[in-house]
Amino acid sequence: MQPFTTLTSTPAPLKVINVDTDMIIPKQYLKTIKRTGLGTALFSEMRYKEDGTENPDFVLNQPAYRKSEILVAGDNFGCGSSREHAPWALLDFGIRCVISTSFADIFYNNCFKNGILPIVVSPEDLEKLFDDAERGSNATLTVDLEKQEIKGPDGGTVKFDLDPFRKHCLLNGLDDIGLTMEKAPAIDAYEKKLSQRAWA
Amino acid sequence: MTSSTAPRTLYDKIFADHIVDQQADGTCLLYIDRHLVHEVTSPQAFEGLRLTGRKVRAPEKTLAVVDHNIPTTDRKAGIAEEESRIQVEALARNAKDFGVEYFNELDIRQGIVHIVGPEQGFTLPGTTIVCGDSHTSTHGAFGALAHGIGTSEVEHVLATQTLIQKKAKNMLVQVDGTPAKGVTAKDITLAIIGEIGTAGGTGSVIEYAGEGIRGLSMEGRMTVCNMSIEGGARAGMVAPDEKSYAYLKGRPKAPKGDAWEQAVRYWETLRTDEGAHYDRIVRLDAANLPPIVSWGTSPEDVISVAGAVPNPDDIADETKRSSKWRALDYMGLKPGTKMTEIPLDVIWIGSCTNGRIEDLRAVARIVEGKTIAGSLDYAMIVPGSGLVKQQAEEEGLDKIFLAAGFEWREPGCSMCLGMNPDQLKPGQRAASTSNRNFEGRQGYKGRTHLVSPQMAAAAALVGHFVDVRQLG
Repeated sequence: MQPFTTLTSTPAPLKVINVDTDMIIPKQYLKTIKRTGLGTALFSEMRYKEDGTENPDFVLNQPAYRKSEILVAGDNFGCGSSREHAPWALLDFGIRCVISTSFADIFYNNCFKNGILPIVVSPEDLEKLFDDAERGSNATLTVDLEKQEIKGPDGGTVKFDLDPFRKHCLLNGLDDIGLTMEKAPAIDAYEKKLSQRAWA
Repeated sequence: MTSSTAPRTLYDKIFADHIVDQQADGTCLLYIDRHLVHEVTSPQAFEGLRLTGRKVRAPEKTLAVVDHNIPTTDRKAGIAEEESRIQVEALARNAKDFGVEYFNELDIRQGIVHIVGPEQGFTLPGTTIVCGDSHTSTHGAFGALAHGIGTSEVEHVLATQTLIQKKAKNMLVQVDGTPAKGVTAKDITLAIIGEIGTAGGTGSVIEYAGEGIRGLSMEGRMTVCNMSIEGGARAGMVAPDEKSYAYLKGRPKAPKGDAWEQAVRYWETLRTDEGAHYDRIVRLDAANLPPIVSWGTSPEDVISVAGAVPNPDDIADETKRSSKWRALDYMGLKPGTKMTEIPLDVIWIGSCTNGRIEDLRAVARIVEGKTIAGSLDYAMIVPGSGLVKQQAEEEGLDKIFLAAGFEWREPGCSMCLGMNPDQLKPGQRAASTSNRNFEGRQGYKGRTHLVSPQMAAAAALVGHFVDVRQLG
């Protein structure tokens, strides 16, 4: 997994609440047996018209945001299905940071497994970040994971909270399974004392 | 940190009993007792194991079943759609290579993974259950800690039989009173989501309690726990009781003999202690609940069948207001339209929310001897598993459905998410017993209204929503 340290980009505003994972990547793209190549499918039903051409109204099709690596979105981003295809599609498009007032739990978790940083901010800070984002290529945000802060185009900063273990894994690009495998003796020991639930 | 002597919730107890290792910051390694696997969210996980030379640590605690992709028409000739076929074949190969038990599309035990688990007695109280599917919350109906995970976590569980977790918050949803006849578990869950919102349970595990929950059958409790995720909670649970044991006893994978007795003794301890702390408590009176219909593109967009489409201009917050206008535009509805005046094109009955035998019996009681409205494009019933289908046919329900004009299909997820050929066409409007009314969920530009099986059956007869209690 690619480590996440700092990221500077024009943020793209997606002013919609409850953006669900069906919206992020519709079901017809879930038939793949690979993790890669889903970027073109990201937000497909909003991003393309019925004839397959781009919908110019959609934020990621506008010149200022075509290469955005930061997405600023309404409350409860990533709700619905557990499909990890959602963060895979975001990552493949080039988005490595999503900012919202809240995230659905499974999506939030899935982001960290793929080197994407989801940042929770207050409603006031989100409004400010939406304003920054709507300035297009005139405004960039810099996200600094180590310092846990977002630096705005006018020099203001927004601090954010993050679980220390998730932060450590993301900063260093650590693979969870490798870490857990090192704890095999503890898993063995747990399985031995399972007698209380031998039926399980 | 709660000490072991302090009163604990059901969730506190199950979580504590599964901790393998705990870091100073509270991050835990949690043991997973049961892992359900389906074809859509697992191929990349098995591929990960191959690339790293890892094995499945506990194949006997893993059960694979195909459900999302498969057609609901006769499957003996194979799967026509190539990508779906490849994904199904990949699951079959992975199950074989890694020694995991697998129910294929021709197996009578095949069905939607969340219907199969309880049906086989694979789902048990007090266990931790995961699956790469958000509706894994269903299994919480038995007093299990069950939730959806992503594919990276599927790989993690396959390799280590554990999951890295932090303790969630405790949320109690207390449902008092008994619902009126015609008002169901589905209406209870839709009402709860309407009350708390789709992010209401984020970061929490919900425990459902009270007379309104105790009075439900196991299948009704599964319907309620199933949609916990639509309220934002990864898991929902109900303390096990005699109904849970009666449902499970004698199921193929349930413990037998002494092991059963031992299990029941342990399950009896799985009650929330008097005075245990909940971070949030929500109360709902089921006695006054009407049948519920969704009007928008989020499961929180719900209203009584007697109500009308709300006006988004009444919402103060700008982003929320514009999102709800977007929903109405997508749904092709105007504020003030009575729910009973919305004409329907399709009726779809099935899913891990409402594809069980009791759901089908309830539908049969309403449509027996009647025919579906001529204005509908079609009405389809998809049983949740091969065993549900078999049971329904033994009871003659299929004949009632076919005589009324319904299509009677093979088991699977079908139009709940439309990964197989069962999809709404652009603009088509459905009354659906599924769990999500998201944009495009049941088909590109398809319009979904979530309802109970009883309400879907009633709507099928008249071609629009109607209070099932007024059908007589």
